[in-house]
Amino acid sequence: MNIASIVILMPLAVAAWAGLRGRRGHAMDLVQWSIGGRGFSGLLVFMLMAGELYTTFTFLGASGFAYGHGGPALYILVYTCLAFVLSYWLLPQVWRFARRHGAMTQPEVFAKVFGSAPLGLVVAAVALVALVPYLVVQMKGLGLIVEITSYGALSPTAAVWIGASVMTLYVSVSGIHGSALTAVVKDILVLAVCAFLGLYLPWHYDGGIGEMFRHIEAARPGFLALPAHGMNAVWFLSTVALSSLGMYFWPHAFSAVFTARSERSFRKNAVVMPLYALVMLLAMFAGYAAVLQVPGLQGGQIDLALLKLSLQTFDPWFVGVIGAAGMLTAIVPGSIMLISASTLLARSLYQPLRPACTDAELVRVTRVAAPLLTLLAVGLTLQGGSSIVALLLMGFGIVTQLAPSLLLAMLGRPFVNRHGAMAGILVGVAFVAFTVVTGTGLRHWWPEAPAWVKELNTGVVGLGLNAVALVLVSRLTRRAGDTGARLP
Amino acid sequence: MKPHHALACVPVLFAVAGVLWGNRVQPFILGLPFFMAWTIAGVLLTAVVMALVYRLDPANRQEEDGQEQEHRR
Repeated sequence: MNIASIVILMPLAVAAWAGLRGRRGHAMDLVQWSIGGRGFSGLLVFMLMAGELYTTFTFLGASGFAYGHGGPALYILVYTCLAFVLSYWLLPQVWRFARRHGAMTQPEVFAKVFGSAPLGLVVAAVALVALVPYLVVQMKGLGLIVEITSYGALSPTAAVWIGASVMTLYVSVSGIHGSALTAVVKDILVLAVCAFLGLYLPWHYDGGIGEMFRHIEAARPGFLALPAHGMNAVWFLSTVALSSLGMYFWPHAFSAVFTARSERSFRKNAVVMPLYALVMLLAMFAGYAAVLQVPGLQGGQIDLALLKLSLQTFDPWFVGVIGAAGMLTAIVPGSIMLISASTLLARSLYQPLRPACTDAELVRVTRVAAPLLTLLAVGLTLQGGSSIVALLLMGFGIVTQLAPSLLLAMLGRPFVNRHGAMAGILVGVAFVAFTVVTGTGLRHWWPEAPAWVKELNTGVVGLGLNAVALVLVSRLTRRAGDTGARLP
Repeated sequence: MKPHHALACVPVLFAVAGVLWGNRVQPFILGLPFFMAWTIAGVLLTAVVMALVYRLDPANRQEEDGQEQEHRR
């Protein structure tokens, strides 16, 4: 045990304590456990949603992407902002609908909007398939962060087990109340660490942020804008479109929506969140500072830029603080995903298949599902395989396929019905899964396509096919007097 | 389509314009590369636009008590 490991484990203990305390004063039935009895204040909802936003991917991924790709990393800022704009109108409607119909999971919303139980099952399967890789992303990130910032004293395997146990423990005891309280601890720490690194590192190495960018531009002209090929303007805009549509279609984002006491919190959040998103810019500054200081990281290694630079800059105790912040960015979003996934498993897969089951039985299923899902994620994490980015892209590509049908239903037009929604989701997910599994893209099947088509994000192509299938099948199966799906 | 709905297009158009016309490193704005400065301006603009939308939206004029009435779209 070195000083860094001790510093890493301390905030974890605080988080565990806060997480376990979350239970106090609440009878832990499923509604309390999973969505806080729909009674969270605006501030707590803000913390939960911000907590979901700042995951391991933003901590390591944003800085690493800035380090490895330069200008294109700014897509992260653009897409989150546009997602907030969408959230202003989307979330209150989802919230109102869920409250009226007692929905507690994303698939329930779909099943009820479209009046189709089979659609609920399909959405539940899609949601789980997208959530598990996202959970694995958090675990992988956690292992990586803790191993590096503890100077190897804590192995990735040990780190993943410790993190997963703490997370499962407080999730089992306090449910979403635990996540909300740990989110507060995490946000304060991450905010402080990102702000410090983003301002201090450029100042320390280059004498200021402006100087740093001037040095980068001198060494690598054009690196800080979009390149002409690869991650160019077309890639940028299509990725922004995909990600901003998909951001609130993660199943755990719906869970956070259901916790709110009032729909106005979402509209307030949409105003404040963009400013909060600027914290990610500070994480990127740390990544840019690493460009000239720790050159040569390639491929998946770029995720390590922030940590490597920190190692060569700071004393061990402060490296431990960074490790602790990183660990919390994995555990807090991970816990929300875990709650969402196990509620989904119980309410949207188990219950429809066993309609006779009692509420008490459902609660038991949820409580058993949480540790089992954790074990699954830990197993997949330790087994190795795909890189963080590959996993996340797959999850994002899949989960965004849920967006078109619900967004069109939200517009309240009789465009879309359950057959169309089912066809669209299946086509979109099948396309994305196929490209991920076979590792192919548009450039393989259509080599003579115009250059800009080849730069499109694959998920966006899936989204296009999805929308075509959705509208076409809805039109073909439309019957007289059919009013279509409506929300609310 | 109310005025505050149209406002929501502003951040989107600003982002598209940034990619089409703002995609360059020089000149530096307040020490930041031009494209980055544009993006940050977009973030601030989004916050301002959403604050305006919030003010204009009749749905936010009722009391906050969890029993808010449905607003017309």
